[in-house]
Amino acid sequence: MDVNLVPLLPAVQVLVTALVVTLRDLFIKDGESRGVLAFYSLVGLGLAAAEVFFLLGGRQEGAFNDSYMLDRFALFFALIFILAAALTILSAIDYVRQTGMREGEFYALILFATVGMIVMAAANDLMVFFLGLETMSIAVYVLTGMWRSNGRSSEAAMKYFLMGAFATGFLLYGIALIYGATGSTNLAQISAYLLDQPSEWPVYLIGGGFLLLIGFAFKVGAVPFHFWVPDVYEGAPTPVTGFMSVAVKAAAFAAWARILLYKLSPLDNDWVFPLWIIAIATMTLGNLLAITQHSIKRMLAYSSIAHAGYLLIPIVVGVEWGGLPLLFYLLAYSFMTLGAFAVLTSMTEGDESKDGYSDFAGLGFKRPFLALAMALFMLSLAGFPPLAGFTGKFYVFRSAVLSGHLNLAIIGVLNSLLSVIFYLRVIVAMYMEEGGAAGKSFRQAPFVYIAVAIALLGTIYLGILPADALDWSRRAFGSLE
Amino acid sequence: MQNILTYMTFIPLAGAAMILMLPNNAKLVRWFSAIVTVPPLLMAVWLFNNFDRTTAKFQFVEDYHWIPAYNISYTMGVDGLSISMVLLTALLSFICIFASFGIEKAVKGYFALFLMLDAGMMGVFCALDFFLFYVFWEVMLLPMYFLIGIWGGPRREYAAIKFFLYTLFGSVLMLLAILALYFTVEPHTFDMRVMMAHASKYSTAVLPMWPFNSWGWSFQHVIWLALFIGFAIKIPAFPFHTWLPDAHVEAPTAISVILAGVLLKMGTYGILRTNFPMLPVATADMAYWFLGALGAWNIIYGALCAMAQKDLKKLVAYSSVSHMGYVMLGMASFTTQGLNGAVLQMFNHGTITGMMFLLVGVVYDRAHHRDIEGFGGLAAIMPVYTGITALAFFASMGLPGLSGFISEILVLLGTWQKYPVLTILGASGVILTAGYLLWTIQRVYLGPPNEKYLNMAEINGREIFTLVPLGIIVIIVGIYPGVVLDMLRTTLDSINAIVIPHLHG
Repeated sequence: MDVNLVPLLPAVQVLVTALVVTLRDLFIKDGESRGVLAFYSLVGLGLAAAEVFFLLGGRQEGAFNDSYMLDRFALFFALIFILAAALTILSAIDYVRQTGMREGEFYALILFATVGMIVMAAANDLMVFFLGLETMSIAVYVLTGMWRSNGRSSEAAMKYFLMGAFATGFLLYGIALIYGATGSTNLAQISAYLLDQPSEWPVYLIGGGFLLLIGFAFKVGAVPFHFWVPDVYEGAPTPVTGFMSVAVKAAAFAAWARILLYKLSPLDNDWVFPLWIIAIATMTLGNLLAITQHSIKRMLAYSSIAHAGYLLIPIVVGVEWGGLPLLFYLLAYSFMTLGAFAVLTSMTEGDESKDGYSDFAGLGFKRPFLALAMALFMLSLAGFPPLAGFTGKFYVFRSAVLSGHLNLAIIGVLNSLLSVIFYLRVIVAMYMEEGGAAGKSFRQAPFVYIAVAIALLGTIYLGILPADALDWSRRAFGSLE
Repeated sequence: MQNILTYMTFIPLAGAAMILMLPNNAKLVRWFSAIVTVPPLLMAVWLFNNFDRTTAKFQFVEDYHWIPAYNISYTMGVDGLSISMVLLTALLSFICIFASFGIEKAVKGYFALFLMLDAGMMGVFCALDFFLFYVFWEVMLLPMYFLIGIWGGPRREYAAIKFFLYTLFGSVLMLLAILALYFTVEPHTFDMRVMMAHASKYSTAVLPMWPFNSWGWSFQHVIWLALFIGFAIKIPAFPFHTWLPDAHVEAPTAISVILAGVLLKMGTYGILRTNFPMLPVATADMAYWFLGALGAWNIIYGALCAMAQKDLKKLVAYSSVSHMGYVMLGMASFTTQGLNGAVLQMFNHGTITGMMFLLVGVVYDRAHHRDIEGFGGLAAIMPVYTGITALAFFASMGLPGLSGFISEILVLLGTWQKYPVLTILGASGVILTAGYLLWTIQRVYLGPPNEKYLNMAEINGREIFTLVPLGIIVIIVGIYPGVVLDMLRTTLDSINAIVIPHLHG
């Protein structure tokens, strides 16, 4: 069999980096600096990004009988994953040392998870998708529990593992049912089957679709499958929380977009209404519960639920209008959320995560740059122009209006109004209150500052000059076939 | 001069960025900010001289692509309506920098935010693209929030958040309305000029949304209301005015001046810029109740509230509510006098109330309280100060020969032709205004001097410098209102002409 290996390049690049990091780690004695491992990881990710850009120029190719398609869509998401992994590693360098986690394993697991995500985004076959999902999930389960001396972290890992296993069950059962109905796990063939035989679908095909939907809803943390999110996000080490709320969510949405939104779009009519309710419930509940939190980390967990709700709007809107806003919003969301978690990471003092509102009090005068960045991330998350979050929300709501879901747009806008209450509280604490934790100076944690600066640049750039990124998003979604 | 409006908007923004890089020297930062506001002021003077007063078209237009895929462009331009506001903004920004020289806390942050605010305000008045307008509108909101929230009085957090949430609620409604307007035009565009040209299309469009379709509401009435609420919060029209007294009382003096002098005008400016020409049929239907009756109610309610205040600054804040009522009343009349009077009142209120807040700041800086009953006989202690105060108060009262008189009389003349009852109510507001202002003069400035303040220092040179330009404008406009009215007339007549055919009876 003639196998075209070119499309595998980015994933293999990250995988090899992960292996190199794991092996190199074995040859560093205890007590010696392991900084080189972070350096290897970042170089590997940089190379992978370069390959992605190189492949963007060429034509899109499939491997293994087209069960793995590295089209523009997959490349777009690969970039988001690589960005998220790189920023997570940058912001974790000081954090990992300080909390006494194993550095080698930490970086390697982030890289393994990234491999799984790239595979998920490129999967054109339900089995390949499942493979990617498990590679990602298992790595993230371990990452959640990496802070072994901390009880919350272990508890979070256990919860996440159990919930994740549950979701996996749903997904696998859904895949089985769809295979039973269509006779294939290849998305192209499933899609062809759906188009050939409209309306003669067996009940269990639709059931299978719904099981997939529930599995995805678990993974993105949509209401009513969101119960694990706050506890897991709060317990996990802060950089991992950022990674989970951006990369894992983006991976799940990538698969959701390719499989349910695009390939299984003939089934749309069956799940538009449930999804409509899920989207509204996710936004509203996420925002309402975020208001009542005392910890910023937990607030960000609920806010990430709410953002999953906004991201569901393009999926409800459907394949015609939803593609571009979904991709662009994910990109915008990645920058601002990673930035916010990087700032949160820099607040950690020894064993304490210092993530309460009261810990942020007076930060505006103690660490002007971190506070300014945090303020801009919060405003961007709340949807203020001219920042990335506003542009993203604008296109999401625009797509809702264009497709006739005016109610969804209005509820979404009202929700972002609601969200201002808790995002603003962070700013109030930073600039209008006093006391609180000290935060780290540039000298104490230079890499966090770099991560924050990168995220800040992205947030501002996407807000002021979104034209290029919009064009990439449009072409990325257009490349699905 | 090419791109003059862009320079006026972005020079302060560049200045704000540069301030962040300056060394932490309060004196340097203050003078640097003062210098940054000079070019926009000079450009405003240049605009005033070169503005063509005979055409209603937009002038000094700049048009660049911004997000071409969605027809979002960077379009700036001024007409008779916006030029008066641009002049006011440039002048008040310059003056308020000097009024802020007393700020000691986090000086760099204060002046950087102030200049950002300046840029946002200028942008709102110059933007001709609705998307750009919205962006500036929000950009301006944030510095204001911080300026009140960090440098304000004891209850600053409460006031800042209240201000923020009220305005944000309005701007969210506005955003929805903007989107609706955008999607109704083919091809979709945010260009205000195109939207105005499509006014007839908006009047026939339907709103395909429950529950409005089942109530039989037409598109334009719903959109008109959404835009109106967004702007009414800024004016502030009853019942959306409650943020104003809190924000004013807590804000530092210069910020109060900007708030009253420029921000409130954005509400009425927005209505004239968007509601009138884009949705003329709805404007004709709604004007009586939502502009006329509400305006008259604002006049009386604001005046009565002002009369009951014990805090001098709160009194001036409520007098703003009252005076903005004249603007709304004049707008509702659709007569040349009424509309010209309304816009002139916007300009005059900016200068007069600016003076009043500066004057309150002078005495607050010395006595550290603003209790009306706590003073007495200041005229004997600070004669110059009292003289300038009298000028501002009399102008606010509408004394002939000063600018407030011209705009109020024009509004009342214009309204009388249409709504005699509202005019009588509005005119009674003049009496109430005279009542609370004279009573205040009597309590604060006349009578035997208060023992506590016998050594209070007379108003100093810097404070006089901030007040004199405004005082001169008040007198000039009072004697020869043509200076401002000539700029407005053509544009306002053309806006009026769009609505008049749709009026009933």
